[in-house]
Amino acid sequence: MDKFISLKGIAAPLPIVNIDTDMIIPKQFLKTIKRTGLGVSLFYEMRYDNDGKLIKDFILNKTPFDQSKILVAGDNFGCGSSREHAPWSLKDFGIRCVISTSFADIFYNNCFQNGILPLVVTPKQLDQLMTAASNQTEFSVDLPEQNIKAGNHSINFDIEEFRKERLLQGLDDIGITLGHQDKINAYEDDKKNKKPWLFKDN
Amino acid sequence: MSNHGPKTLFDKIWSEHLVGQREDGTSLLYIDRHLVHEVTSPQAFEGLKLANRKVRRPEATFATADHNVPTINRENISDEQSRIQVETLAKNTKEHGIEYFELTDRRQGIVHIIGPEQGITQPGMTMVCGDSHTSTHGAFGALAFGIGTSEVEHVLATQTIVQKPAKNMRISVNGKLPFGVTSKDLILYIIGQIGTAGGNGHVIEYAGSSLKPLSMESRMTICNMSIEAGARAGLISPDQITFDYIKGRPYAPSNEDWEKAIEYWSSLPSDQDAFYDNELVINSDEIDPMVTWGTSPEDVVAVNGYVPDPSSGKTENKQKSIQRSLDYMGLKSGTKITDIKLDKIFIGSCTNGRIEDLRNVASIVKDKKISSHVGGMIVPGSGLVKKQAEEEGLSQIFIDAGFEWRDAGCSMCLGMNPDQLKPEERCASTSNRNFEGRQGRGGRTHLMSPELAAASAIKGTITDIRDFI
Repeated sequence: MDKFISLKGIAAPLPIVNIDTDMIIPKQFLKTIKRTGLGVSLFYEMRYDNDGKLIKDFILNKTPFDQSKILVAGDNFGCGSSREHAPWSLKDFGIRCVISTSFADIFYNNCFQNGILPLVVTPKQLDQLMTAASNQTEFSVDLPEQNIKAGNHSINFDIEEFRKERLLQGLDDIGITLGHQDKINAYEDDKKNKKPWLFKDN
Repeated sequence: MSNHGPKTLFDKIWSEHLVGQREDGTSLLYIDRHLVHEVTSPQAFEGLKLANRKVRRPEATFATADHNVPTINRENISDEQSRIQVETLAKNTKEHGIEYFELTDRRQGIVHIIGPEQGITQPGMTMVCGDSHTSTHGAFGALAFGIGTSEVEHVLATQTIVQKPAKNMRISVNGKLPFGVTSKDLILYIIGQIGTAGGNGHVIEYAGSSLKPLSMESRMTICNMSIEAGARAGLISPDQITFDYIKGRPYAPSNEDWEKAIEYWSSLPSDQDAFYDNELVINSDEIDPMVTWGTSPEDVVAVNGYVPDPSSGKTENKQKSIQRSLDYMGLKSGTKITDIKLDKIFIGSCTNGRIEDLRNVASIVKDKKISSHVGGMIVPGSGLVKKQAEEEGLSQIFIDAGFEWRDAGCSMCLGMNPDQLKPEERCASTSNRNFEGRQGRGGRTHLMSPELAAASAIKGTITDIRDFI
C-alpha cells in the first residue's frame, strides 16, 4: 500500500451533506475487475451531462480544482454501499485526503486500506476549511504532527495510533495478520471443541 | 466494553471472537462465515494470487452472483463486463474450492436472502460480506457487517478482520404494530428519527415487545436497513422463532450439534442491566406506514403526510439538502404524498424479496389489475423463493395483475443489470436506497413496504394501505 506522510495542495470544496458512495462512483463502473482506472468516472453524474460531456460548473472540472489532492465535504461522507471503488476512484483522480465532520464506517475503513487519510473536524472547523478551500488556499496536511494548516488556520486532528502507523509505513494488513497465524490456529483449535457445528466440512 | 458484569448481545459475540487485541482496542476478530459475490470480490482474489496466498477456510466461504445478473433471458449475459465478472467468480471459487451457487442453481439468489435460506446464517456467528446490507443477518443474532474489497481479501486469507469494537445502541419498540404498519415502516421510521448518520460507530440492537412476534423475514427487513441509519450492524436476540426458522435447513447444525448449538444460542440475549451507550424508546402507536420523499433514506414521511418545505430543515445545510432533493425528485413542497403519480413499481431486493413479502403483495393484488400507466416488476430474492411462489400460485396472481415476474437477483435495487429507471421516471420501490441515480440516472425512488407498493401499483399513485383495504 502507498504510504501517507504529508500532503500539500489546494482542496476542492464540496459542501453537500450525506455524499453517498453511489454518488462518488455510480454502479455502471463497478463491473470492472481491476482497482485502477476509475478516476475519470469519479462523481460521474455530477461531473458529466447526459451526453458524457464535462459539466464545467462542477468543482472538480474547474481549474485549478481539477488538480485537487484534498476534498472538503459535508457531514456523513461516504454513506451507503460498501464499494471500495469509491476510495479507488478518489485515489485514481489524485485525492489522498478527505475532510469532513463525519464518515460512514465502511468508507472510513476502506480509505485506510488505500493510503487515503479521512480527517474528522468539528462543524466550525469544516466551515473554515470550506471557505479556505473555496479561496484556493494551499492546505498542508502533516500526519506525524496530526495537523492541517490552511492560511491562518491550524487544526490538530485525532487518529488512532494503529491506523496512523499503517499509513506512515504503508503496511499491508494481511501481512501483519499472517504474522499472528499461531494465534488464529489456537483460536480455531479451541472453538472446534466448544462449537463443533461451526467447523463441519460441507 | 467491560469484560465483567452484564453484557449485551454484541459484547458477547465480540468477546467470543477475539483472536487478539492491541492496547488501543484495535482487535483481530475471527470470522465464522464469509459470503462472496461477483462485484466486490474479483480484486480480492487477484490480490491473493499476486501475493501467492490461499483461502484459509474455503468451507466457511459461500459465493453467488446477484448484483449484475439479468433477471430475464440470462442463459447468456449480453453485457460483456457483467459476464466477465460472473465468469471470474466461477473461476475463482473453483480454483479455491469455495461453494458457488451459480445462475443455473435453484439456490442462486441475493446473497443476503440465500444465507438465511440455506441455514448458513446462525446466531452468535460473525459474518461478513463485501456488501453493506450484510447487516440483514443480524436478525438471527449474528454479528454481520459489510466490508470493502481489501477486507474481503483479508478475510479470505486469514479468516479474521481488524476492527475496533463498536458502541452499543438499543432501540426498543413497544406495543403492537398498528394496522397497516409493517417492519419496513418501522425501520424507515427509525431512520427518520435518528438520521442516516445516527448509528455511526454503533451496533444497533432492536428490542421491545413490538419485535417479539415478528417473523424472521420481518426481522431481516429491520436489520437490513440498519446500515441506512449508519450503523455498523443491526442485531436482534435469537429466540424460539429464530431456532424454528433455522432447524432442518441444509447448513444448519443437526443431531447432537443442534442441541449444543441451541444451548449456546440461548445464552446470547443481552443480560439485564447491560450497558448501552445510546438508547431510544419508541411507542408503536407513533408509527404510520412510511414513504420516502427525498434522496436519502432519512427523508421519510407518513404516507398520509405532505412533501416537506425546505424551511423545515434545522440548519442551513439541511435546508439546502432538502431543496436539492426536491429538485431532483421533481416534487413541490406541500404536495400530498398520496397525490404523487408513479411510473414504475419494483418489488424485490434483500430488504423485501422474501416469500412473506411476496405473499403479502399477492394478497393485495389478487384479482386486481395494476394501473394502466405503471409498469410493475416483481423480482424474487432467490431461485427457491421463486419456486415456492410459483408452487403457491403467487406468480400467477402477479402475472394476472399485470406484473412482470422475473428471475432472482438484486435487479432494480441498484440497477447494475438492465433493470433501471429512465431519467425522471418515478418508482415505488421496496428496496433500501433512494439515492440520486441509484435506480438509474435521473430516476426517482420512493421507498416503502411491499404492501404499500402493491396498493400503489393498483391505484397508480402512492397509496395509503389503510384506505385501500
